[in-house]
Amino acid sequence: MQDEPTTTELIKAVADFLRSEIAPAIKGHNAFKLRVGINALDLVTRQLALAEAADATEAARLKQLLGADGTLMELNRALSEKIASGEVDLNTPGLPEHLWQTTLDKLAVDQPNYASYKRELK
Amino acid sequence: MIEAELGRCVASFYPGANSVTGAAKLSGGASQETWTFDIVHPDGNVGAILRRAPPGYGAAPGRAAGLDAEATLMQLAHDAGLPSPKVMHVLTPDDGLGRGFIMARIEGETIARKILRDEEFATARPLLARQLGRVIAGIHGLPRDKLPQLRSMTATKEIEDLAREYHSFGWPRPVFELALRWLRDHDPGPSSEVTLVHGDFRHGNLIIGPDGVRAVLDWELAHFGDPMEDLGWICVNSWRFGEIDKPVGGFGTREDLFAGYAEAGRKADPDRVMFWEVMGTLRWGVMCCGMMQRFRAGPDHSMERAMIGRRASETEIDLLRLLAPRG
Repeated sequence: MQDEPTTTELIKAVADFLRSEIAPAIKGHNAFKLRVGINALDLVTRQLALAEAADATEAARLKQLLGADGTLMELNRALSEKIASGEVDLNTPGLPEHLWQTTLDKLAVDQPNYASYKRELK
Repeated sequence: MIEAELGRCVASFYPGANSVTGAAKLSGGASQETWTFDIVHPDGNVGAILRRAPPGYGAAPGRAAGLDAEATLMQLAHDAGLPSPKVMHVLTPDDGLGRGFIMARIEGETIARKILRDEEFATARPLLARQLGRVIAGIHGLPRDKLPQLRSMTATKEIEDLAREYHSFGWPRPVFELALRWLRDHDPGPSSEVTLVHGDFRHGNLIIGPDGVRAVLDWELAHFGDPMEDLGWICVNSWRFGEIDKPVGGFGTREDLFAGYAEAGRKADPDRVMFWEVMGTLRWGVMCCGMMQRFRAGPDHSMERAMIGRRASETEIDLLRLLAPRG
């Protein structure tokens, strides 16, 4: 078992330092790059907090939809093939709900400020 | 230093000028660069832009129209009275600057967030969609016999290109599969009219002033195809920058865009435009994934490229909003 602080606490501390102490002192293109870097750290923090639970429910839905077992990658590959072949479509019970939930869970990590995402949460 | 070569170059085409000042690179990948500089002249300096492939870079890769074609298209647009900078000089081997061209610099803003939020553009915003409709119609109406050699695209070919590129990443995305399936099922077939298509008509490639659109830039993706492609591309949600209820670039309505298009004597086909909006949304998503691949492969191992890979999910939610809207 690794000791404290947690990875989340470490990354958050670095991101907060960059945001409050360094960002105000940097100008020009490097300021833009720094903002991208801070965004990346924030994304990692969100993924550490959210991905495990989201992946578990995604896998459960995929197993139900496909009636098969496998890794998340294998299950997503199988679903993709079935959509491509037309074997499943938006009329397949559970498919629209599954795609929506999976996508919302991705946005919660990737871009929680994206306007379409915020609209769909209302 | 590039200023020495540019100085010799401007002397060859600009009477009274023999040097330049303030050269600065605005953007550049490995094969294409954009520079800003001032031509020094006794009557006052003249702002100019160099767009070039540096020496050693030959033919344009993949989909690019090529810099010679870009120069021809910009000059044709300028001659037709469309907002397009005057092309001052097409580079020759003697210039020692590679391939490309020099054009007049047009002042204004290209950054979407400023155009959509700053007070300076408040009067322009409600006018832009209609104005851009007229400009796109003008581009689609450029005289065919004067146009350079360009690739031809159809909806069917575009779907297959996107499918091939997406599958090359080896990363399953059920929402992209759904979009590809929808596009194949709704492919409207060849357009009854094939015209010049700008191919990248959106924020970033439009110089906007308080008076409206001043220039259309970046003709790299120009081709022959369905004119409705340009109208669909500018409606893609990724170019609304948060103003999601204003489909045209976050500033206007489709109705205004189509009205402007009609004022210039052309007719929009809303169903085809919607088809191309779905295609464009998927295309931007595939481009995001492609940038992530290039981040991995190098040489551009930048955070920016890596993070763009995490924007593909934005296009997934937009595709679901288009194809499987909830309640």
